[in-house]
Amino acid sequence: MALEVTQFLLNAQSVDGATRNHAEESLKQIQEQNLPAFLLSLSSELANNNKPIESRRLAGLILKNALDAKELHRKNDLAQRWLSLDLATKTQIKTSLLQTLSSPVSDARSTASQVIAKVAGIELPHKQWPELIGSLLSNIHQVETHVKQATLETLGYICEEVPPQVVDQDQVNRILTAVVQGMNATETSSDVRLAATRALYNALGFAQANFTNDMERDYIMRVVCEATQSSDVKIRQAAFECLVAISSTYYEKLAQYMQDIFNITSKAVREDEEPVALQAIEFWSSICDEEIDILDDYRSEYTGDSDVPCFYFIKQALPALVPMLLETLLKQEEDQDQDEGGWNIAMAGGTCLGLVARTVGDDIVPLVMPFIEENISKPDWRRREAATYAFGSILEGPSPGKLAPIVNVALNFMLAALARDPNNHVKDTTAWTLGRIFEFLHGAVVETSVITQENCQQILTVLLQSMKDVPNVAEKACGALYFLAQGYEDEGSVSPLTPFFQDIFQMLLYVTHREDATESNLRTAAYEALNEVVRCSNDETAPIVMQLIPVIMLELHQTVEAQKLTSDEREKQNDLQGLLCGCLQVIIQKMGSIEGSKYAFMQYADQIMDLLLKVFASRNATVHEEAMLAIGALAYTAGPNFAKYMPQFYQYLEMGLQNFEEYQICAITVGVVGDLCRALEDKILPYCDGIMTQLLKNLSSNQLHRSVKPPIFSCFGDIALAIGENFEKYLVYAMPMLQSAAELSAHAVSQDDEMLEYTNQLRNGILEAYSGILQGFKSSPKTQLLVPYAPHVLQFIDTMYGGREMDDAVMKSALGVLGDLADTLGSHVGPLIRDSSSSKDLIEECMVYDDPLVRESAEWAKHAINRAVSG
Amino acid sequence: MAPPPDHRRPIKRVAISDQQRRRELALRVQADRRSDAQNRARQLASSVLSLGPVTEVEPELEQEQEMSDASDQSGGRTELDPVRAASLRGPEVRRWFATQLMLPEWMVDVPPLLDSDWYVFPRPSGKRCFVVSSNGTTVSRLRNGSILHRFPSSLPNGARTKDVSGPSSSYSILDCIFHEADETYYVIDMVCWRGYSLYDCTAEFRFFWLNSKLSETGASDPPSQYHRYRFNVVQIYECNLIGLQAAYLGQVSYVKDGLLFYNKHAHYQAGNTPLALVWKDNVCSQYVLDTDNQGQIPSQQQVVLELQNDGSLTTSDDPPVALGCLSRDMIAQYGLRVGNLVRVEVRDDSVKLVDGKLDLGDLQLVGKPNRSRAFADTYSKVLFQYAARRAPLRIEDLVASIQSNPSVENSQALDIEMEG
Repeated sequence: MALEVTQFLLNAQSVDGATRNHAEESLKQIQEQNLPAFLLSLSSELANNNKPIESRRLAGLILKNALDAKELHRKNDLAQRWLSLDLATKTQIKTSLLQTLSSPVSDARSTASQVIAKVAGIELPHKQWPELIGSLLSNIHQVETHVKQATLETLGYICEEVPPQVVDQDQVNRILTAVVQGMNATETSSDVRLAATRALYNALGFAQANFTNDMERDYIMRVVCEATQSSDVKIRQAAFECLVAISSTYYEKLAQYMQDIFNITSKAVREDEEPVALQAIEFWSSICDEEIDILDDYRSEYTGDSDVPCFYFIKQALPALVPMLLETLLKQEEDQDQDEGGWNIAMAGGTCLGLVARTVGDDIVPLVMPFIEENISKPDWRRREAATYAFGSILEGPSPGKLAPIVNVALNFMLAALARDPNNHVKDTTAWTLGRIFEFLHGAVVETSVITQENCQQILTVLLQSMKDVPNVAEKACGALYFLAQGYEDEGSVSPLTPFFQDIFQMLLYVTHREDATESNLRTAAYEALNEVVRCSNDETAPIVMQLIPVIMLELHQTVEAQKLTSDEREKQNDLQGLLCGCLQVIIQKMGSIEGSKYAFMQYADQIMDLLLKVFASRNATVHEEAMLAIGALAYTAGPNFAKYMPQFYQYLEMGLQNFEEYQICAITVGVVGDLCRALEDKILPYCDGIMTQLLKNLSSNQLHRSVKPPIFSCFGDIALAIGENFEKYLVYAMPMLQSAAELSAHAVSQDDEMLEYTNQLRNGILEAYSGILQGFKSSPKTQLLVPYAPHVLQFIDTMYGGREMDDAVMKSALGVLGDLADTLGSHVGPLIRDSSSSKDLIEECMVYDDPLVRESAEWAKHAINRAVSG
Repeated sequence: MAPPPDHRRPIKRVAISDQQRRRELALRVQADRRSDAQNRARQLASSVLSLGPVTEVEPELEQEQEMSDASDQSGGRTELDPVRAASLRGPEVRRWFATQLMLPEWMVDVPPLLDSDWYVFPRPSGKRCFVVSSNGTTVSRLRNGSILHRFPSSLPNGARTKDVSGPSSSYSILDCIFHEADETYYVIDMVCWRGYSLYDCTAEFRFFWLNSKLSETGASDPPSQYHRYRFNVVQIYECNLIGLQAAYLGQVSYVKDGLLFYNKHAHYQAGNTPLALVWKDNVCSQYVLDTDNQGQIPSQQQVVLELQNDGSLTTSDDPPVALGCLSRDMIAQYGLRVGNLVRVEVRDDSVKLVDGKLDLGDLQLVGKPNRSRAFADTYSKVLFQYAARRAPLRIEDLVASIQSNPSVENSQALDIEMEG
């Protein structure tokens, strides 16, 4: 029954385009004509040791892609398709796959491991293929090391693929036993030992029970620690990766091992090869992550505690940990600042130092200051850079009171270094450190800013000058300006930036035009700084921002007109268009919010709209999103006057709502519909048929990313509030949809936090829809139309209340809906609400709630209901 | 160089891109505006409905001159659609606020049940205003709707500080008197708190809410960078003998301008209401007698009235009360038109009581009032001022009424009040 596919598989990798296309076409045809036979042929191709490795590898890959996909809905479709195949075919394929694990060809084994894990990912949750784990474990006792290695690798992939609860504890024990034995120093094959160590990394999530058993945990920890001492660098790296994973999964079990782990990691950081040293540093970063989370929980005002206690590992290790990290800072590479995505020991060390500072706060300062003082003026640039980097890294965490005196002394030194240090690397880090100073020790969050009216001018002079420096330094200077400006966002009319607005804009525009502006992200940084300065403008500086509008529009115009671009040029132009639309969005929002400048701004509205409509011709997702956001801002600013743009804009609005693939665009567009509703009010009515049709389609689609659905419900509310009783004609469609979604979400059992959060977003969207509809019909003669829906709405709230998984936002919205029901429907529902016991309980419970906003919502709802009952 | 692990952000790389920030800001602003729109519909619908008609008259922009404001009331009236009210913006907001203050009548006789149904407190001398905090700023508006201060405060959403609790667009509205000497807002009533309307709540509840909520915010703290003016609550007393005496004679941190009496069961009601009353004498106020345009106390009482098309002069009450008339000659001589406010002098010899109502008879035109005056005097003010120059209601009368008011007469007393 197996088909001969070897030649097609080989041809599909041919360098000749025609051959390749023909082969791909043929494979596709076979797949469409007879899927079971096709899959079967692929699996036997992969299993056949007489076939060339190229065809076997591709066979495995196609098989894998026939079982799994990234997009959730497609993933589910493929799983269903596999499950519906006949049993004989599936059994035969699985047998071939398991057989391949013994192949002498390592590529074939490795491919088969991955495919087996995909099949397991589909079948194990359905209680199928129960013999899989057993038959794999029986392989372990085979003599041939390559089979052992492939089996361990497969077990690792399976653990990555299936959720822990589908494997029973007995099997987990056996898997772990096999894996840990494979890792043991007594294992002579380093291939086996490496495969076992990597398998343990994936299997750690299954080991909850084993980690609570002291003996088993000791054994696992000992084997992992021993593996960090292996002579094989790959095994050492994999073992440290296990330690990192253990640090986050089993933080609370680590106390007795910390001394040993410190010794192991500090030796690795100082002496081992980079990939190993990086993992050793990562261990401490990961411990910081845990303790920062726990301490955050301690501080949060609602719970006041955390499930996991803090063991203060970082605080205890501090005197030894900090010197170790400071040493790493001196291991910089010459050109690391030019490499965008780079990562090395110095970068990892500084990053970890920053996390340590956030974990322990003030305590880190005296341990780092001597290092800074000793090195900051040394002739060796590495020492100056390391000292500056250390300083910049510890600016978040310690109290402003502790840091301010030091920063006050250091500021002038930093400014001088940025202006005059001969080394670019030092200047880069200095500009970044200045940015951190502005971010954490300046602005509304700090009692007294380290920036004064007096030093502000000097700072600006140096920053603007540095924007002419090499791209990476200029980029950091723009970033520093960003945070300097951010600190003045709340300042009102007394911002010390006011006299410099003109100079700042001029310099930033100059930077965006630099020949080398695409290096080091410089152009993006300049526009971001520009946006931030615009955000902190005020009545006084608004006229200067206004002068910016024609400049930005001209640039946008040029990008729209540009033609015949190479794909590289096209990409750069898309980036630029996105930045310019983003900048316009910020300007529109700001000018619209300043009373005095709004009318002057509106003169540009026609031209801006014209340009933005042209921008939609671009096929780039980011550009679309930015243009859509800018239009939302324009609509809000223009208010009812936006109606005149609707005839031209509508088609793009519809396009955005139909964009399932780039779902962020769809989500942003749904938000813009809300903006339009609030701007146009009943003038949006002529477009509502089209919008509602599309929104209803989106809700019924299983291809649209689920995160867009809650905002669509909220959007129903926006529309109803805008068009009032005209929403009548949509009730017959919208209400059943709301009802069924309400039913689903009210009864949803949330397995994890993510699902719970989504369920609550959905509930909130549904409640906002109900509120908008109820309010829209208020004091209309058609109010009666809503009376029949009231029992269901109440029941929805009842059920959620019974389930006890509402978050504060949902609770607030639910109280709002109760009030709106009473307010709009009055005596028609008064008794109904009064008799709904959980509504009453919900209100009473919320009256004594911690969150004052929830409490006040409850007061309001109670009040509205009392009025309805008595009226 | 290899890239860093997926979840590890190098410390030198910025935490979030400005694009991400723009996206998040846009979404947050949308969510805020939605809850704003819904809350506005909630609060204005409920409050506007219970408030009844609202004026459409554009108020004058000048600051209010006179210290006492227990007088005037609006002119032309039209119904305001609550759904439309929910979308008020810009100048409409000013117009709306201009008519929202609850204005006490002047106490010309003592209401029954003063000791059981009323509160009393010493009125701070100063500018009566609405203080609105929302969207990170605080604005105080005078009676005529014009802005007194725009400033950051510790009221909810009253300053752009980073710890925002709840939607930044939700309103709080306080009824205050700004006291110049210590630059303090004395809060005498609470109208909206974090977007929730207190219009329909009794004074008893509003005062309780005011006292418990304001102290939670730190609004009574001394001024600081993000809190430019201090907000103080006024000590409110039960109107029994002890309370009345404390309000009348007790030391306070501000200059007193009379006593205010609030009926415990009354809702907040825009415009004139007999359920809030003001009373003054020379002990507790420097401004018992009304002043003229120059700020002097004239030898004869002067009142500000509105000219009607039949030549009569009326108060700003609803319905207006005609107190006298102007001769055609005088109207022509001064080029007056219907709706103009005029300042007239009351002459003893022409004053009559007709069916228990005051009739000022022929009136002597003194001139036009200050341009900042938007409304004519109320009947109760004219009457109080008239009595103040002749046989004022004295503190002893108030005390006597409390002592002689056995609670058994309750029902009957209530009936009497309801007629007023």
